[in-house]
Formats: sequence, C-alpha cells, structure tokens
Amino acid sequence: MAKKPTFFSAFLNGLWNENPTFVLMLGMCPTLGITTAAINGVGMGLATTFVLMFSNLFISALRNIIPDKVRIPAYIIVIASFVTMIDLMMQAFLPDLRSALGTYIPLIVVNCIIFARAESYAAKNPPLASLGDGLGMGLGFTCAITFLACIRELFGSGAIFGFQIMPASYQPMAIMNQVAGGFITLGLLLAAVNALKTSMDHKRKAKEAHA
Amino acid sequence: MNVYLSMLIGYLLVNNYVMCQFFGICPFLGVSKKFDTALGMGMAVTFVITLASFITWFVQYYLLVPFHLEYMQTIAFILVIAVLVQVVENALKKLSFSLYQALGVYLPLITTNCVVLAVALNNITDGWNLLESTFCGFCSAPGFTLSLLLLAAIRERLELSNMPKWMNGFPGALITAGLMAISFMGFGGLI
Repeated sequence: MAKKPTFFSAFLNGLWNENPTFVLMLGMCPTLGITTAAINGVGMGLATTFVLMFSNLFISALRNIIPDKVRIPAYIIVIASFVTMIDLMMQAFLPDLRSALGTYIPLIVVNCIIFARAESYAAKNPPLASLGDGLGMGLGFTCAITFLACIRELFGSGAIFGFQIMPASYQPMAIMNQVAGGFITLGLLLAAVNALKTSMDHKRKAKEAHA
Repeated sequence: MNVYLSMLIGYLLVNNYVMCQFFGICPFLGVSKKFDTALGMGMAVTFVITLASFITWFVQYYLLVPFHLEYMQTIAFILVIAVLVQVVENALKKLSFSLYQALGVYLPLITTNCVVLAVALNNITDGWNLLESTFCGFCSAPGFTLSLLLLAAIRERLELSNMPKWMNGFPGALITAGLMAISFMGFGGLI
C-alpha cells in the first residue's frame, strides 16, 4: 500500500482485497470444521473477530516494547488471553453456541489468521490501523464462513439459519454435513472464484488490446 | 491391551484427526506439495504431539487442578507447546544436525498446528490417564502423517496431469481431500 494506512483503508483491505479465506487461504480448520450450520459460522466468525481486533490493537501498541527474539511467545500470551476471555463469556451467555462450536473456540489461539496478522500487520503499523485491519479481516472471515455455512446447511438439511427453504419433499444430502462435503464445497467455491477472476482478466485484456 | 489396540486403529483410521475431524487443515494443505517435505513434517509433528500429550497431562493434574486454575487451560497448554517446540528445535540442532536440517523449517510451524492443541485438550476432556494420553498423542500423529502423505502423493501426480486452469492449486487439492475423506468414511464401522 503506497499511502499511509488508515483505519478505513485497512478495514476494506481485510474485508475484500485480502479476504483471509478466499484470497490468503488462512484459518482453514474452523472454516471447514464448524460450517454445517449458518448460525455456527456467524458465532465463530464474530468470536474470531473479537480476538483479532484486540490482539492486533494490543500487539501494535506494544510493538516497540516487545523484544524481537521473544515476540512469538509474547503474541501467544496476548492472543491466548483474549481467547480465554471470549471462551468464558460464551460459556456464560451463549452456552448452546459454545457447545456447538466445541473445541474450536479454544483453538482460535492457533488460528493462523491471527498469527499472520499479528506478525505481518500489527507488528509494523500503528494501533488504530491495526484495529481496522483486525475488524476487516475478522468480518471478511465471518462473511466467508457464513456464506460457506449457508450453502452447506441448505443442501445438508434444506434450511438456512434454521428456516426451511427447500420443499418438504427434499431429501437432505447427508454428505454435506460430513468432512468430505466441507472439502468439496470449499474446493468448488474456490474453483468458481478462480474461473471468475480468469474470465474477468481475459475481458480486461481484450478491452485493452481493442483500445 | 485391547483398549490400546482400538485406540491405535481409532486414531489412525476411524477418527483420523484430519480426515474425520477437521483439525490441522492448514499444514495439511500447506505442506502437502512434495512427498519428502510431508514426511519431514509428519515426523516432527509426531515427536511434538507425543511429548506435548505427556507434559500437558502433568500441567493439568499437578498444576491447574490443585490451584483451581482450570480456566487458564488454553494459555497454559499453548505455552507448553510453544516452549516444547523451541526446546525440540534447540535440542535437535545440538544432538542430530542432519535431522535438524531435515525438519528445521517445519518445527516453528508446529506451534500453530491445531492438531497438537486439539489432542492435548481432548485428552483432558476424555479423562485419559497419563499412559493413555501419551499413547493417544502417539497414535493421533501417525494419523495426521498418513493423510498428509497420501495427499502429497496424489498432488505430485496431479501436477503432471492436465487439469482445467481454474482447478489448479488449492481447489484441486481440496476436492482431492474431499474424495479422500469419503474413502476414510468407509472405515467407520471398524471399531
């Protein structure tokens, strides 16, 4: 980025240009693991967004104090503290969602999105821009996994967010709720994104050649 | 003895952490381009998971439970794993430089491999004793290695085959992994 990063530009970058799921391919475990129902996608996404925002903010604020050699353990402690906070909060206020997401909540600690943003963004940029980056990346992740979860829930149980969409005669595809369905749905989705990008590039090139 | 045998088969095939439970997908997709690197990663992970299961058991029952600090579990375990990875890296450098060179690049990556933390957390949830948790870690890791090696071998072949351009790379790998997961479902009724 040539111009100075601001809160808003960092936010948009995370939400779209460098979407963690579809562009950076980070944080695949929760992306595939919990996306059998749309509501899980929203819950997981927002929990990750919370951790990402605050870990980015704190790591960025401490970036000149943390010695380079022990930065990884330092990041881990910051991240793990926020994960513990959101875990305890969810156990207290949203126990159903917490038990649906299971081990994946403590596993936010090892979500590579958070590490990658701490290392490649928050360690080099001022706190406010890092907060924006965390928010954008988090919401980009939330949108991507909710979208994936909607597709899987629609075919796997004929509903989205629990509302019946498919006609009653629809036979749910059990495979969509399994590990295999997750891999294949994401694979097809990425292939579609790739195909779209290639055809857009072709059109742009054709236009430029024409002009 | 029966318990251990069924654990071995269970974690290797039936409840394989990657193919049946969705843990460790990042290294599964990230380091499965070449067979040799996949083997190196698998060996490093086996080593760390086994040791981590052993140590986190002590941390849980001799540190966290007596002082009523169970809510610190996540922080304590991830710190144990991070320290362990660092120790293993330094020890290997001194003891066996050739092994260090073979595994070196993958060691730091293991800290963020969620299989390690997932195994440690699940050992506590399942209430295993010391021997069982260590054995469980020792069995889960070859399960991870097995799926990593299989995918790497298939992807090496895919490189040479004529795929549509938009299927190259990750989409192709994901669909391959999906088909592998379907075949792993066949082990379902084994134990």
